Amino acid sequence: MSLGKDLVGLEHLDRADITAILDTAEPFKEISERAIKKVPVLRGKTIVNLFFEASTRTRISFEFAEKRLSADTVNISSSGSSVAKGETLVDTARNLEAMRIDMVVVRHGSSGAARFLADRIPSNVINAGDGQHEHPTQALLDLLTIRDRFGEIEGRRVCLVGDILHSRVARSNIWGLLKCGAEVAVCGPRTLIPLGIEDLGVRVLTTVEEAIEWCDVLYVLRIQLERMTGGYLPSLREYNRVFGVSSARLTHASDDMIVMHPGPMNRGVEIDSDVADGERSVILPQVTNGVAVRMAVLYLLAGGQPELAETAKGGA
Amino acid sequence: MTGRRPLLLTGGRIVDPSQSIDEPRDLLVVGGRVEAIERGLSGPDDAERIDVTGLVVAPGLIDVHVHLREPGGEHKETIRTGAISAAAGGYTTVWAMPNTDPPLDDPAAVGYVRQEARRWARRGEGGARVSPVGAATMGLAGERMTEVGGLVEAGAVAVTDDGHPIADPGLMRRLLEYTQTFGIPVLQHAEDMALTNRGVMNEGAVATALGLRGIPNASEAAVVARDIYIAELTGGHLHVQHVSTREAVEAIRLARERGVHVTAEASPHHMTLTEEAVRDYRTDAKMNPPLRREADRIAVRQGLIDGVLEMIATDHAPHHYEEKEREFDDAPFGIVGLETAFAVCMQELVVTRDLGLPELIDRMSCAPAAAMGIDGGTLRPGSPADIVVLDPDARWTIDPASFRSKSRNTPFAGREVTGRVIRTIVGGDTRFDAG
Repeated sequence: MSLGKDLVGLEHLDRADITAILDTAEPFKEISERAIKKVPVLRGKTIVNLFFEASTRTRISFEFAEKRLSADTVNISSSGSSVAKGETLVDTARNLEAMRIDMVVVRHGSSGAARFLADRIPSNVINAGDGQHEHPTQALLDLLTIRDRFGEIEGRRVCLVGDILHSRVARSNIWGLLKCGAEVAVCGPRTLIPLGIEDLGVRVLTTVEEAIEWCDVLYVLRIQLERMTGGYLPSLREYNRVFGVSSARLTHASDDMIVMHPGPMNRGVEIDSDVADGERSVILPQVTNGVAVRMAVLYLLAGGQPELAETAKGGA
Repeated sequence: MTGRRPLLLTGGRIVDPSQSIDEPRDLLVVGGRVEAIERGLSGPDDAERIDVTGLVVAPGLIDVHVHLREPGGEHKETIRTGAISAAAGGYTTVWAMPNTDPPLDDPAAVGYVRQEARRWARRGEGGARVSPVGAATMGLAGERMTEVGGLVEAGAVAVTDDGHPIADPGLMRRLLEYTQTFGIPVLQHAEDMALTNRGVMNEGAVATALGLRGIPNASEAAVVARDIYIAELTGGHLHVQHVSTREAVEAIRLARERGVHVTAEASPHHMTLTEEAVRDYRTDAKMNPPLRREADRIAVRQGLIDGVLEMIATDHAPHHYEEKEREFDDAPFGIVGLETAFAVCMQELVVTRDLGLPELIDRMSCAPAAAMGIDGGTLRPGSPADIVVLDPDARWTIDPASFRSKSRNTPFAGREVTGRVIRTIVGGDTRFDAG
């Protein structure tokens, strides 16, 4: 186990690290099913959730994970904070350091911002999404969901569909899936597939039909409305026509193929409601796993041992 | 001050490609000009004698692409510190770019830069000669041509909107036509901003992994190709700044073969580093044009060796520490280069035996002088005594803390290099002495 001080991305983790996090998440799943959803694992630890970019689901998921582990938490969002008053990231980091906090969960619009912060403060830094770089806890919860469904990740074929170019979720998933032995493909309009993506070890599939026939896991990415103004897409209707995942298109899928989405969904754009709410969808189990995975990451970075997780959550 | 006392450099190896000289000779300076280069010179009795045995004596280096930041960016660099930094790097002439605040788009601003450099020199705090380059368009806005004649009268040696590419091909045509009256080049930072699309590093696998927006090779190559055709149409002198792609090298090579008047620069960093230097979001490797792939690095390097890119220019772009100490997207483009260029090029081109020392001196002095019509780049008797004394064998490690520049933003920190500047003489006046 060589997780180190921070979790900035999956690119620099190895398979054993990832497996350890997923294994540690298993016992933590059960805490959220209890009547009293709280264990004293992180009692006395202070955690700052530093969100420079709007986020609902990731921030809430982290907050639940922190609170269920009994940490003391503070939320900072960019509007109304010193950040909005022009404070630099360096100064924000130094001020946090001066307050002797234990962990920082950071979401930032610039790629590399989490690494930047991690290099400058002694606290543990967890990347909750930096620009178009990585969103490691999202990919970890996705890996856990795939493992739950198929028993193992090794050998599974996963195709990410949509805006790969701007997606940190795609990058973290690519690294994580490849390290765990999955075959990975990407699919989408060529305007949203970055040059050099093959060098990362993935294949590029041209049509969504091809992707659906090929894969065990169809991972549908969110299409952001601003992609229209950037000229990457003619219209949302056109996107849905060519790449939208509909039940009609799923008729050629294998029987046990599952559909994933990191949320929030644009129903009727990248995914139709009958698919999102259908039998193949594991979108809500992804959300549930998010809390467990984040608890595992917090626990491990705080110095917890994977093999003691079961004891820790019961203890005291 | 120019040449108060005669100066005699004895025992050195004179390397002057402009006269095809590479042999031991003495060099005598009188009245700020080269008087003689011969063996066994005794010189006048009052001459200052400096023994340079074991060292190389060459024409002072010339950099046609530096940013001195004054007026408006004095926290990064000033005309004084930039000129001193240049002298410490062996440069005797630098061309100061006009993207200051306000920009050098009127004769008064151009005159200020020239006068300021001379004022410090008179006070004994001078460095290299500073030649201002005028803005090509008012406010560098790419719309209305500046009063080029007035700028030239005030001392401008060329025009450019450097940092802001001249996008409008019609305007580029007018510039390449209009400047012919004055015999000056139009310097172009070749970049199509629509293709760049807010990119911050080279487009490709590294940018994809880092999640950074990429700048494709086509962004440079498309504009270089376009400008070459306009230069061919007009007969104007097009100078392509900091070539970074193999496509642009190829376009320039073909243009030369057709006789188009196009000249071009290679930077030390584009010849020695690739996009890999940006890993870990190193803002000291963020510049524009960006560091490219290995094939591009080799093409630029080979272009310089072949002479297709006839000169080395640093694009010395100082930035304050705090400006670089931030998110990669928000950090400014640019690195300093004046104090590392010679040694980096010695290490990467001469030590590797791809270029002889005379050829390197040519690319850093004689060739830019000849291509841009600069009075320098030679030790021919009668020419200005702009001289650099070099130790070609000295090994050292680049330490930004030792820079004379106000800024430290370099990707070469900690690099082992060969070749040291020992003394820089401008118009007979020693402006740098390593001691």
